[in-house]
Amino acid sequence: MSIWEYANPKKFMETSGRILPWAAALSALTLVPGLVWGFFLTPDADRFGSTVKIIYIHVPSAFVAINAWAMMLVASLIWLIRRHHVSALAARAAAPVGMVMTLIALFTGAIWGEPMWGTWWAWDPRLTSFLILFLFYLGYIALWAAIENPDAAADLTSVLCLVGSVFAFLSRYAVYFWAQGLHQGASLSVDRAQHVADVYAWPLWLSIAGFVLLFLTLVLVRTRTEIRARRLSALVARERME
Amino acid sequence: MGTAAHSEPGLAVAGLAVARGGLTILRGLDFRVGPGEALILTGPNGVGKTSLLRTLAGLQPPAAGTVSPAPDRLAYAGHADAVKATLTVAENLAFWARVHGGAGGEVGDALAALGLGDLAARPAQSLSAGQRRRLGLARLLLTGRRLWLLDEPTVSLDAASVALFAALLGRHLAGGGAAALASHIDLGLTGAARLDLSPFRALAPLPAVAGAGGFDEAFL
Amino acid sequence: MLALLSRDLRLAVRAGGGFGLSLAFFLILTVLVPFGVGPDPARLQAIAPGILWVGALLASLLSLDRMFQLDWEDGTLDALATAPVPMEGVVAMKAAAHWLTTGLPLTLAAPVLGVLLNLSGPGRGWLALSLLVGTPALSLIGAFGAGLTVGLKRGGLILSLLVLPLYVPTLIFGAEAARRGAEGLAAGPVLLLAGAITLACLAALPYAAAAAIRVNLR
Repeated sequence: MSIWEYANPKKFMETSGRILPWAAALSALTLVPGLVWGFFLTPDADRFGSTVKIIYIHVPSAFVAINAWAMMLVASLIWLIRRHHVSALAARAAAPVGMVMTLIALFTGAIWGEPMWGTWWAWDPRLTSFLILFLFYLGYIALWAAIENPDAAADLTSVLCLVGSVFAFLSRYAVYFWAQGLHQGASLSVDRAQHVADVYAWPLWLSIAGFVLLFLTLVLVRTRTEIRARRLSALVARERME
Repeated sequence: MGTAAHSEPGLAVAGLAVARGGLTILRGLDFRVGPGEALILTGPNGVGKTSLLRTLAGLQPPAAGTVSPAPDRLAYAGHADAVKATLTVAENLAFWARVHGGAGGEVGDALAALGLGDLAARPAQSLSAGQRRRLGLARLLLTGRRLWLLDEPTVSLDAASVALFAALLGRHLAGGGAAALASHIDLGLTGAARLDLSPFRALAPLPAVAGAGGFDEAFL
Repeated sequence: MLALLSRDLRLAVRAGGGFGLSLAFFLILTVLVPFGVGPDPARLQAIAPGILWVGALLASLLSLDRMFQLDWEDGTLDALATAPVPMEGVVAMKAAAHWLTTGLPLTLAAPVLGVLLNLSGPGRGWLALSLLVGTPALSLIGAFGAGLTVGLKRGGLILSLLVLPLYVPTLIFGAEAARRGAEGLAAGPVLLLAGAITLACLAALPYAAAAAIRVNLR
């Protein structure tokens, strides 16, 4: 059986209906212990104090914010190449989740930055990149909302996602070139020297897993909603034609 | 479909389905318009005459089926006249002549054919609705294409202009051209076939409830 | 193809709007800035390249929504889509016409307005050069945005929302080149980066914009 059969809306509804409770349960089972462990059961850092614990929200949300756009890019490409409606609707469903994750990353970053650097905001490359990412999410969502014909909306937003990805990438490097930053390097790294001590790393990995599962759950729920909404509007349109 | 387009400038449509707003509205269309023939599309408002003509013109993809020849052998005139108000009548036509690879010499003929010769130097914004319409139709002559797709070509034309246009269309057909048009007015085209689109209306059965099959078609 | 360019230029001149409006906007913006930040020459000199770049960017945004919208409304876009010219070429010519009627005048006006903001002589030169290199990208990106939103009811608003984030790399490199030039630093490499973005836009965006227009014509 080809993987593309899951792109059949009916098949997708069946499969996602079965996966959804598990995804929701798993995200609760990783997110709650990860956050509790991170917030209450790790020692305060020597230099950073207890403020460091915001990384258990900040880092996972930032991780999801970027990868949600990557997922939208892949889904848009699948729509443009193979014309699977579920793919376009999944991209549409992921956008608000990704935008909220970007906002969470920005806000937790500001809350963390104030005690750390003494400022809520700095035009640091990483912060600026995230602000630009937020603007891209905003434009993408606005374009979806503005176009009435669903197929045209899927086509146009997919083209925007493609072009936007290239420009987001360009902006990232332009911004690095434009400002030297306050922000520390990557918090977690698999292959480089470790940046975060193990006591902090394990709950952080758990939180990241929790956020990814939460993202998956939300996108599944929203994609199912989009499919139903699409079906509903098709039914209404058919009735009007009679 | 059929033989090479060069020997046969006719329009051939097979198994065509037409969509509007992502919803199939016409299906099962099969017809031919040979050289020297005209096909008049009829049917109530909203049946999909404009969508069909736009599909034939290649502006929107067919939901199913084939259209031959390729869109670059067809000339399409829609509801809007593609006239720029701040350009003069002659400038408007000269532009379309250049876009279609002409030298501009044919502009005078096109103006004369639609009775616009006296208005050549007038800015298009000072034209009446009927004069504008004639200017829009004059563009067809500059495309150099033998297959015309006309969407309500006689809207806002007075009786004399309708006769003028009918004569022009008659000459076009007599010269081996072909036309498919949606029109409510009888242009007096002898031997023109009529096609009522109502029987081709796509009234798909309502999709089954979710989970009961046929979901893939549900929102297509 | 060239017929399209000359027709668009003629329309811009006859309608009067596009040409003068963005220039006037640029002038007013530049005049307003000192009222906002104070008349201190040193401060104005420091922010002049950035202000003039942002001003040029906003001024070129003004006429974008008319780029395809008018042709869409009067059926010209339909006729062009069925004419023997590729839609990519139509987009490129539209962007060229937009640049000639906004980007180029803005580039020529910017050094003059730089005087108002105490920009030094070499700084004015680098500003004009960076705008010359960067503004074609603004027109091309704008053509893409205009293609995406042609035919939308609230197209103009969404157009700015879509286009402004895409302007970021051009703005960064363009304004940085002008700033470095004004401060006597090496501006050449940054200018080349801005030029690279312009060339990349020229190579890729007409295709994306043409695809969007074809979708919008269906």
